[in-house]
Amino acid sequence: MLVTALIVLPVAGALLVAILPLPRETTAGLSFFVALMEVGLWIVAAARYDFDAGGLQLGTTREWVDSLGISYSVGFLGFSVWLTGATVIVFAAAIGYALWLGRDRPRAYHALMLFLLAAVVATFVAQDLLLFYVSFEAMLIPLYVLIGVWGGERRQAATLTFVVYTMAGSLLMLASVVAFGVTQGTFSLTESGTSDNVWIFLGFAIAFAVKAPLFPLHGWLPLAYREAPVEVAAVLSAVVSKTAIYGFLRIGLPKFPDPADDLSGLILVLASAGLVYGSILAFRAPDLRGVVAYSSMAQMGLITLGVFAFDDLGLDGAVLQSVAHALISGGMFLLVGMVERRCGTGMLDALGGMARGRPALATVVLVAGMIVLAVPGSATFAAEFLIMAGVYAQGWGYSVVVALGVVLAAMYTLRVISAILHVRPGAAVRDEALDLRAGELALVLPLLLVLLGLSVWPALVSESSFAGDHAEQAIARGYR
Amino acid sequence: MIDTPSVDWLALAPTLALLGGAAVALLSVLLPEWMRKAVAATAAFAGFAVAAGYAVVVFDETPVPQSLLDGSMTRDQLASMAQVILGVTGAVVVLVSWGERRRENHAEYFALLATAGAGMVFFVGAENLMTLFLGLEWFSLCLYILVAFDNERQTSLEAGLKYLVVGGFGSAVLLFGSALVYGATGELSFSDIATATPTDDAFLFAGLAMILAGLAFKVSAAPFHMWTPDVYQGAPTSVTAFMSAATKTAALVVLLRVLVTAFPEQSDVWTIAVAVLAAVSLAWGNLGALAQHDLKRLLAYSSISHAGFMLMAVSANSERGGEALLYYLVPYSAMSVGAFAVVTARERELGRPVILESLAGFGWERPYYGVALWTFMLGMAGFPLTGGIFGKLFVFSAAYDAGEWWLVLIGVAATAVSLAYYLNVVRWIYMRSGADLRLAPAGGSPPHDTALGIAVCACFVVTVGSFFVVQPILDVASDAASSLSF
Repeated sequence: MLVTALIVLPVAGALLVAILPLPRETTAGLSFFVALMEVGLWIVAAARYDFDAGGLQLGTTREWVDSLGISYSVGFLGFSVWLTGATVIVFAAAIGYALWLGRDRPRAYHALMLFLLAAVVATFVAQDLLLFYVSFEAMLIPLYVLIGVWGGERRQAATLTFVVYTMAGSLLMLASVVAFGVTQGTFSLTESGTSDNVWIFLGFAIAFAVKAPLFPLHGWLPLAYREAPVEVAAVLSAVVSKTAIYGFLRIGLPKFPDPADDLSGLILVLASAGLVYGSILAFRAPDLRGVVAYSSMAQMGLITLGVFAFDDLGLDGAVLQSVAHALISGGMFLLVGMVERRCGTGMLDALGGMARGRPALATVVLVAGMIVLAVPGSATFAAEFLIMAGVYAQGWGYSVVVALGVVLAAMYTLRVISAILHVRPGAAVRDEALDLRAGELALVLPLLLVLLGLSVWPALVSESSFAGDHAEQAIARGYR
Repeated sequence: MIDTPSVDWLALAPTLALLGGAAVALLSVLLPEWMRKAVAATAAFAGFAVAAGYAVVVFDETPVPQSLLDGSMTRDQLASMAQVILGVTGAVVVLVSWGERRRENHAEYFALLATAGAGMVFFVGAENLMTLFLGLEWFSLCLYILVAFDNERQTSLEAGLKYLVVGGFGSAVLLFGSALVYGATGELSFSDIATATPTDDAFLFAGLAMILAGLAFKVSAAPFHMWTPDVYQGAPTSVTAFMSAATKTAALVVLLRVLVTAFPEQSDVWTIAVAVLAAVSLAWGNLGALAQHDLKRLLAYSSISHAGFMLMAVSANSERGGEALLYYLVPYSAMSVGAFAVVTARERELGRPVILESLAGFGWERPYYGVALWTFMLGMAGFPLTGGIFGKLFVFSAAYDAGEWWLVLIGVAATAVSLAYYLNVVRWIYMRSGADLRLAPAGGSPPHDTALGIAVCACFVVTVGSFFVVQPILDVASDAASSLSF
């Protein structure tokens, strides 16, 4: 029931926020309160999960469509606990930021944000193929309106490309869902067996590759990340993209062992290409959001490398990096928003010299940057190391690519740090631009503190994501 | 003394209830003017509601199909389920029609609506070619008049004429096909046609093709859809709502029944024919809708594409296909009536036809109607949290099960295309500001129309409810589908 409550609470919150005729601040405050309650609920749920035993826990199954074997079936696996945790934390920060900004039309805005939260959580805990599909699709509904109504100037073009890409992937997945479910006679992920149909696997893989996004299906990314309201971009890159990783871990690998193995070469090559290409684009991007967006794409390539390493190290690293990247990219986007708000632009050539007289901003940006570039000792470093070691088994070349990715990450991160904080003051930086306010710090610091905690103890996530810390076996057993 | 067949009054009760409602509605002209509309509308509403109620009773008491009136009708759960859908749809349409700003002719309008409903309720129980044609003409004649009902509006008259000519042609084709089938088999009853040894295969197949075409006109499946956009656009919007849901329901159910009961031997031919009709409707409906500017035309093309989806289920020729079709009809009817009802709301507010531009800012001005229209659009596109997704899922599963994977792929591609125009509507209602609204609203606060609100709310509840409560609906659909012998 606890896991169901994690889905129901934000939905109920969304309805309340939408219907109650409260004043603007109260509406946003109520929404933030619901998001914080969700974090609390997650802590309770995570505490109940027995990480030593692993496997599917806290499950609930209710009949939905008996005759086709569709059920409402949710529950926690080790890695769902962590992905859900990252989700609720990032959402709390994002909704808090929306409260801080005082978004227009707060009832609609916050109802949609909470609904999106519910959909993302539902995706991470779905143990039924159709429920997974439904939640995966449901994320698109609020995102479409959130970007389309509250986005930047080119928001309509952004929503259009975003929807066209995602829906093309999703509909292929629908065909695959139908084919897999009908052939298996059940849609339950715990009961269904494996399939060796490459086409069905491809339907899923393309949908996940679009969502992640993986090279070369990332066409929607620059526009969506640039035009979305900044906290929506934060959740988009932080957690919505991770639903693809959950899909690979929960459906792609365990349900299609042979096709996944057959196509792993192709996916590894594309992921490597995405890692390098994304990093280069991030290095070349002229604006803050571009850097964070493309670095996000590069990181998704990296995580995919870990997933398709097919061994314990790589998979552990993929989960750890998913969580760490969720927190850091959520934090980075919020910081981008704070800088943009002060300077009115995110173009790097108009920024600069913001460190002087703004110690809090300088410290926070620097710490976040260090984590992005995977300084040894950070959680991201641990994850990248695991992935590098894991993917070595698939070919030493991939490890070289990962190493190259780390170097490129250092390049683009240092570039962006110096472009914001150092060099001479940019044209858009006015002397009156304030340091980070207490409210803003209160949103960003928790994310960084969790990350620092994970840096001290990365094993918390990496050793408890799969039953008995044997990822490969857990997947081969289908998490049973 | 002539032997009269025994009459099962309960099975005929839905039809009779609607005829009774129509009679009362018609007699309301004798009343003082101020109460005519109320009496007529109440009578029609009661007729539809009682018909639905009786249909539920008949559904409950008919586990095995029974023959009625000497084999000319059938009493089974398939007919009853369709009658329930028709009755509820009709009742909701009465609510939608309530606010129609018409000075006179209320009695005639509601009487015709109830009579059309009676014809459809009769039609879905048809068991031989005569009653089939009788039912078809019965409701079609009422609809011809209803479409042209706003006789001061040229487009309405034009639509009525067009529907009359094209619909008459469709009926003629159906009648000719029936004659050919009768000539080939010497039988009128569906089950006898199935068992008879045809004297001439060419006649039989030509007849089958013509019956299929005749019904495809009513289903508005491409390429027999030419009348649909013009008629849907020109007809009074509440009539359009009724046609889009009820006519389609009746025609699809009868199509399924005729094909499965009368032509099981020829199934290898008609499954392909229906699959092709489905594919063409999907392609034509969706591509056509992309170019539309007028919301009613857009919804008309969308209804053509939905006909395609539902024909996919028919072409599966399996119990699963029947189930899928009957399930699909429930959320589809709700979404379709609901969408037209919201169009009505805007139309009454602006006092002119609703084009996409006139939706600008609608979602913020009228939040509840906005959310409802949003839901209906997403539902038609097959998004989750509406029954639309399960409709598509079941239809696809049935087609995949029947080995028609190519049709599934066409369906998926069609869905992808359909997003463009459904989401475009959402874009207009939320993402364009009032500045884009080049038409000034008629002025004053929007008319307060409780009946319309209730109608939209009911459609919303069914659309969303059919997502959460799938199994009970599917059980009913499965009982209904099992009254046919696949």
